Amino acid sequence: MNDSYLLISQVGIEFETDDEPFRALQNINLPIQKGEFISLIGHSGCGKSTVLNIVAGLYQATEGGIILEGKEVDKPGPDRAVVFQNHALLPWLTVYENVELAVKRIFKKTKTKAEMHDWIIHNLSLVHMDHAMHKLPGEISGGMKQRVGIARCLAMEPKVLLMDEPFGALDALTRAHLQDSLMEIQSQLGNTVIMITHDVDEAVLLSDRIVMMTNGPAATIGEVLDVKLARPRDRLALAEDPEFIHYRQQVLQFLYEKQKNPAATDDSGASDTGEPPESSTSVTTEENESDSSSPTDVVSLKEVATQEGKKTAAA
Amino acid sequence: MTETIAPFRNEQRETKFSSVQFQQIFRQVFKTISLPLAGIAIFLILWQSVANNIVTSLGQFPGPEQVWEQSKNLVAEHQREREKEKKFYERQDERNAKKLAKNPDAKIKIRTYTGKATFFDQILTSLYTVAFGFFAASIIAIPLGIACGLSEKIYQSTNPIIQTFKPVSPLAWLPLVTMVVSALYTSEDPLFEKAFLTSAFTVTLCCLWPTVINTTVGVTSIDRDLVNVSRVLQLPSLVHVQKIVIPSAIPMIFTGLRLSLATGWMVLIAAEMLAQNPGLGKFIWDEFQNGSSNSLGRIMVAVLAIGFIGFLLDRLMLAIQKRISWDKQAILR
Repeated sequence: MNDSYLLISQVGIEFETDDEPFRALQNINLPIQKGEFISLIGHSGCGKSTVLNIVAGLYQATEGGIILEGKEVDKPGPDRAVVFQNHALLPWLTVYENVELAVKRIFKKTKTKAEMHDWIIHNLSLVHMDHAMHKLPGEISGGMKQRVGIARCLAMEPKVLLMDEPFGALDALTRAHLQDSLMEIQSQLGNTVIMITHDVDEAVLLSDRIVMMTNGPAATIGEVLDVKLARPRDRLALAEDPEFIHYRQQVLQFLYEKQKNPAATDDSGASDTGEPPESSTSVTTEENESDSSSPTDVVSLKEVATQEGKKTAAA
Repeated sequence: MTETIAPFRNEQRETKFSSVQFQQIFRQVFKTISLPLAGIAIFLILWQSVANNIVTSLGQFPGPEQVWEQSKNLVAEHQREREKEKKFYERQDERNAKKLAKNPDAKIKIRTYTGKATFFDQILTSLYTVAFGFFAASIIAIPLGIACGLSEKIYQSTNPIIQTFKPVSPLAWLPLVTMVVSALYTSEDPLFEKAFLTSAFTVTLCCLWPTVINTTVGVTSIDRDLVNVSRVLQLPSLVHVQKIVIPSAIPMIFTGLRLSLATGWMVLIAAEMLAQNPGLGKFIWDEFQNGSSNSLGRIMVAVLAIGFIGFLLDRLMLAIQKRISWDKQAILR
């Protein structure tokens, strides 16, 4: 295990609450190899985001720690770039300036001005956003903003790229486009990626390994699924590929048989995220889960809502 | 024949088109102007009818008509005073020129004109004083607010003090400020008058709090994600403040500044009355002491001027905010 590039070792975390401390995570162990694409999947409130935030250094683990290239990391840093769910672009800076902020911070000493400029353009063209460089985030669509968010992280040349439900707030078509872009970029750069998702298809399509988490409190890793589909992967061809369907089935079985969806108790956070609050009638059932991708979308909204609720409660 | 008719037709069509446009513009103007005008008209009628029924020891309470009369008087007085000043300097120059003609080595004296300050001079003085006090307050309040918003510890330690001083009336500060200024400001060749400093510092003391409190709130409510971006990038504190904190907090900072300026302008009038610093407050006080039959009308002119200038100051801040703010689409009120 010691030869892994990134090691999540014995991580657990407790949050202070008014009465007794709330144990969110326990005993998380996950070695990750260089260049691996890992998806974290689990029901809402299971602490996926918390794991990511601990790796990013934004939260401090109560027990255990993160070892990156043999060194422990417990503070946020540019070697672990985070793609946030809601792009987190600075609205007062143009697309170019947003990426520039990151590039200047990291390459100020090693690159000349012209090199930095080329590097910014290069990364924007990787995500096909070089045509809108001088627009403000408010002037481009949600999918484009997320592209820029990804470009900003890629431009940092991080050791690990952390993605917190990067496509969760996008519509299905835009999401598919971005997934394809991400696969294309990944094939060129071979980054080490940890991505949180609530979309089973997305997880199977993109990942080398899918890490499935049990329900909280005291959530931990339930199962790890190796996805041995050949790359490059084509979503159309895979749609009927028996292997793909098998992987998909396994994840769904874990989520909806072994770890039943915990009762939807925490809806209050929905309004905070700006997502449309989900009505109780559309809570997904096990039967319709496996036939199309749209029910997972419904889950996604729920996830976003409760995830946010958890975050604010924890903060 | 046809050639001469064609342009004629064209012209006709154009005038028709512009008359439609004119109607549209007219309707727009009517909409935006008629309602405020109606409001003002009703106010004037009410004012007149109330004024008719109040008789004070200085005569009838001034209605709109008397106030209009007095405002014309004040303008005339101002012009007369300027005329006098001009003549004074002309005479002085003449005298000096004669002296120099007689004896080129003669020492000439240039005296400044010390006439009575007119209403408009007083307004300028007041504006100058409030600007001084307001800038001094903003220079302290914005950084303090940012510090309070960024650091829980700084906030906890300064909040009780801020909350205690916030509700204090300027009239309570004034005697203290007066004594402190006279004790500490003992320069031989003073750059500012003491009364000016007293009023300006009183304004500063009252202007601080809205800006501090609103800036603090603005800084604390920055989007968590943006703060996390900054943490991941490990931005140095100064860059963090410059690139993330200030742009986020600009709307709230300006809300605070506008409240502060409004407070400052109100406080200034009271301070000038008591500190006997030249300005609108002193003008009102002098008129009140003067007690002529015109005084109430003149005070009323001052009251309206104060209100109108206050309104203009707020518009000015709004215009500055519009220029500075990154969000050009935001609706500012």
